[in-house]
Amino acid sequence: MKIAVCLRRVPDTTSKIVIGAGGKAIDEAGLKFVPNPYDEYALEAAIALKDAAGAGETVVVAFGPDNVQETLRTALAMGIDRAVHLQGAPSADGLSNARVLADHLKDGSYDLVLFGKLAVDDYGQQTGAMVAELLGLPCATAITALEVADGRATVAREVEGGVEHAGCSLPAVFTCDKGLNTPRLPSLKGIMAAKKKPLDIVPVTAPAGKVEIVSLALPAERAAGRIVGEGAAAVPALIQLLTTEAKVL
Amino acid sequence: MTAILAILEQRNGALRKGSVELLAAARRLADQAGTTVDALVCGAGDVAGLDALGAAGADRVLVATAADFSVYCPDGIVATVAAVAPQYRAVLVSATATGKDLAPRLAARLGGCCGMDVTAVDIDGANIRAVRPVYAGKAIQTVMLSGTVVLAVRPGAYAGVSAAKAGTREPANVPTYFKRLTVTGIRAPEKASIDVAEARVIIAGGRGLGDPKHFALLEELAEAFGGEAAVGASRAVVDAGWIEHGAQVGQTGKTVAPELYIAVGVSGAIQHLAGMRTSKVIVAVNRDKDAPIFKVADYGIVGDLFEVMPALTAAVRAAKAH
Repeated sequence: MKIAVCLRRVPDTTSKIVIGAGGKAIDEAGLKFVPNPYDEYALEAAIALKDAAGAGETVVVAFGPDNVQETLRTALAMGIDRAVHLQGAPSADGLSNARVLADHLKDGSYDLVLFGKLAVDDYGQQTGAMVAELLGLPCATAITALEVADGRATVAREVEGGVEHAGCSLPAVFTCDKGLNTPRLPSLKGIMAAKKKPLDIVPVTAPAGKVEIVSLALPAERAAGRIVGEGAAAVPALIQLLTTEAKVL
Repeated sequence: MTAILAILEQRNGALRKGSVELLAAARRLADQAGTTVDALVCGAGDVAGLDALGAAGADRVLVATAADFSVYCPDGIVATVAAVAPQYRAVLVSATATGKDLAPRLAARLGGCCGMDVTAVDIDGANIRAVRPVYAGKAIQTVMLSGTVVLAVRPGAYAGVSAAKAGTREPANVPTYFKRLTVTGIRAPEKASIDVAEARVIIAGGRGLGDPKHFALLEELAEAFGGEAAVGASRAVVDAGWIEHGAQVGQTGKTVAPELYIAVGVSGAIQHLAGMRTSKVIVAVNRDKDAPIFKVADYGIVGDLFEVMPALTAAVRAAKAH
């Protein structure tokens, strides 16, 4: 099994967002950055599948500026075999970025290419499916179950009102959702080993995109609410407000 | 390349909730650009409700019929749309699990671009301007999209319109395609429940519940709402294994916009607030009067949830009985 995982570096989900000067991006000062949480399910799946197969290689790929190397090292510390840094400036257009990734992945002879279902910063939720389309490979998004046997994969994904099941032959592209597995933490031994694992740097340029960010703003603050009262005694007043004022009952 | 295409979802021969709202978004773009709206429905046989789509904003309803379309068939839908794509300036889908899967495939096939989970769309000259929440709603991004634009429009963002015309219906050609992915079907959960993403009311529990078995108190309140309420949860209790991850609301869970969100024993971590702040009305029940949840809640009750919840359930049941 040769498996590629595409990784993004994002602000920690507990971060408070401050709009940066220029009003088009966040102010990154003081923020802690982490591997995109959904990508961790992809990393775990890759490591577990290779372990189960008993042979193969896991590769983590990230497209971005030099600071993504720190994120790649985290993936190596989890147990990924080697890393590729596609060095360049990603576009606001997911398809431009997908082209960069697809160009790199197309000659890699990967059995599987895995993504997180979305990156928790831009919520773009498109690169994985676009890479699949560009590579002409089968694709399922936001999977919560994955089984691989005899050159085929079966997957499950949550849809409104149920779980959708699907299957395809390999190679294939999947994007991973919470519930797929429990990602392992990097061990101290893994962190030491990661320093010696290969990290190749490949300069790239994203093709011109068709998406331009006009502005980024904080959402309107909710008006301050009120404490209706304390304990069960406050319930009648709450019901009254929900019925007559809020009109949601 | 002028008209607007809205791809409507069907399941088991019935149009899915949200079709009328998606047509409203398409209608807005078409009216601004002085063009028409086509609705595309992919099904395996008869689909109920097509006659109403004209009045809901569709100038023309295209019906693509293929045996594969009894379930979701992304490769077939992409091929069908790609065959008629030169007619369209924008292709709209609902930002459901299906629509979010389909939109980027279409954008890649059409060589266009994709705006995901948009809450507002407008024509701006040759471009389309879209507004979309990012960082799970902690920030709002406005983007300008050019070329053939594929938009996944967040359910609930648009109210249906009344176009007062009939609309025409035509079969759409399904070209030969290679089915790479085979969807075998949808399995309903063992316990019938409403998805938090679709519920009108959400009763969400947090660590303050103290024990997974206390989710029963939330389920009782949800039942009192009579089939329109779902039980949701904070990340802490999902990670603790108290409830399945599908119930999680927040930055690594679902972003929701119900009419009523009742947060029980939820302290209000920033990533949870991000996911539920677009609720119309928020009620918080918490023992800690300083919990951050009270800062976003319209109405709060400070108190022991074991005392408040049974009273609230009884009161809602009584209110609903009237």
